[in-house]
Amino acid sequence: MVKQRLTLITGRSTRQGAGISNGKELPEYKEATGMIDLNQMDMQRSGLNTGDPVRLTTDFGNAEATCRLADIPEGLAFISFGPVCNRLIGSETYASGMPDSKHIQVAIAGIVKDRSRET
Amino acid sequence: MQYDHVVCAFCGCDCDDISVTIDGDRITQAKNACVLGKAWFLSHGRPSDLPVARIEGQPVSLDEGIEAAARSLAESRYPLIYGLSSTSCEAQRKSVALAEVLGGCIDCCTSVCHGPSGMALQGVGEPTCTLGEVKNRADLVIYWGSNPGESHPRHMARYAVTAKGMFIPKGRKDRTVILVDVRRTPSAGAADIFLQINPGKDFEALWALQALVNGQTLDSDAVSGIGLTLEQLTSLADKMMHCKFGVLFAGQGLTQTRGKHFNTSAAFLLIRAIHRHTKFAIIPMRGHGNVTGIDNVLGWQTGYPFGVNFSLGYPRFNPGEYTVVDLLSRGETDAALVVAADPVSSLPARAVRRLSEIPMIALDTHESETTRIARIAFTTATAGIHAEGTVYRMDNIPIRLRKVLSSSYPSDEEVIRRLLVRVKELKAC
Repeated sequence: MVKQRLTLITGRSTRQGAGISNGKELPEYKEATGMIDLNQMDMQRSGLNTGDPVRLTTDFGNAEATCRLADIPEGLAFISFGPVCNRLIGSETYASGMPDSKHIQVAIAGIVKDRSRET
Repeated sequence: MQYDHVVCAFCGCDCDDISVTIDGDRITQAKNACVLGKAWFLSHGRPSDLPVARIEGQPVSLDEGIEAAARSLAESRYPLIYGLSSTSCEAQRKSVALAEVLGGCIDCCTSVCHGPSGMALQGVGEPTCTLGEVKNRADLVIYWGSNPGESHPRHMARYAVTAKGMFIPKGRKDRTVILVDVRRTPSAGAADIFLQINPGKDFEALWALQALVNGQTLDSDAVSGIGLTLEQLTSLADKMMHCKFGVLFAGQGLTQTRGKHFNTSAAFLLIRAIHRHTKFAIIPMRGHGNVTGIDNVLGWQTGYPFGVNFSLGYPRFNPGEYTVVDLLSRGETDAALVVAADPVSSLPARAVRRLSEIPMIALDTHESETTRIARIAFTTATAGIHAEGTVYRMDNIPIRLRKVLSSSYPSDEEVIRRLLVRVKELKAC
């Protein structure tokens, strides 16, 4: 699978927002905040399909997510606010108090499962 | 039993037309609420079996919890009070008083959502209005870097798009709605025009619009890279100048991306420039139910909207120095009181690491990642369900919260009031 660099945008979504109240420990919230939306061309370039696990790496950390085909411009990726995006965001605020939560360069690569260990 | 005209305090819309049905000790229905509001009412309006206070995860009495928390705060050298976006203004007032007695810092969720809007307000002024004026007058509505369809689901219907108003009798038909964003969000479907700009180019787009509004001539090269053509920008500027009453709702697309307070300052200055032609206003799309309230409370008590330091005995404001991410990630804070927020699941990893290293006290209505790692955790009553109080809507309008259920838990205000009393005794002041 091809590793490529994209621009990461984070933000709210309805399911993430409802999950704040319903319970962040619930699978619905983890799924809502663990999905990365990608453009069709970017997914094809990386050999990814909806539902594939991916490793995301920024200058500040890394995390795993599940990719999903979405109506999003080529070169952009979107993740809802939550535990995955927090691991990818740095703490430098450039004297503003606000870390860069959008427009972050992220490397994305598919995770190849070791099927030989599956029974 | 049914209560009408109940306020939903989940998001900054603070909708006050909710009809809540109570069955015994729980809320079973929240009529008129959106998907986010329903989740908030139904999850907070059910019984909890959490202890009122815990130390190191072990249940203790409220008195024991107060004593331990007060001692922890009084013994610290540089404590931080943080959160406060989902509690009442009454609890926020007590928190400011506590920060002053402690000589520490007080910061709120504003610093990681619309802090840059607060900085722009202080720098260039905010030409703003109420949502009532938007409903009754706005014939041009622009959402910039905001996805209200998902973040504030009733914003369009209740205030800005389909709502019928005094001078907007036909509602949606009398308004032009424009969405500016880096991606086609679900909100784009409700707009007449969707303008897709390139990531990180908000400042350039807003500055170009200001130049056009001021009558300056631009060539295509000057706006290359924005993602919009000169014709698109000129058309947008023309619409803004020739509407009867326009409003720009500024989202976190402006505040959380490169440029931050420069982006919001550019937006505020654009609106100011348009005032030479017509009436126009700007309103930040505030997220939590009372995050606008803590800005107001801090503003009238200290002069600053967030990131306030009391180390010298008087308030000082310096984003990047007295703000939560900076204080924690630099390892400066040695104790924290978190009120009605969940920073462990919302701040960058480096800041969270510091929270796990220091004695942290957390007040929340339910279990969270933050209460799980807090040294001392208090379970409190939900403002707007179990306790009365005041919140500020995103347009700075105060709204009174109602109590619709009784609770055995104390309010945030009550716990912080008792902490304040005990800390004063311990510090002999």
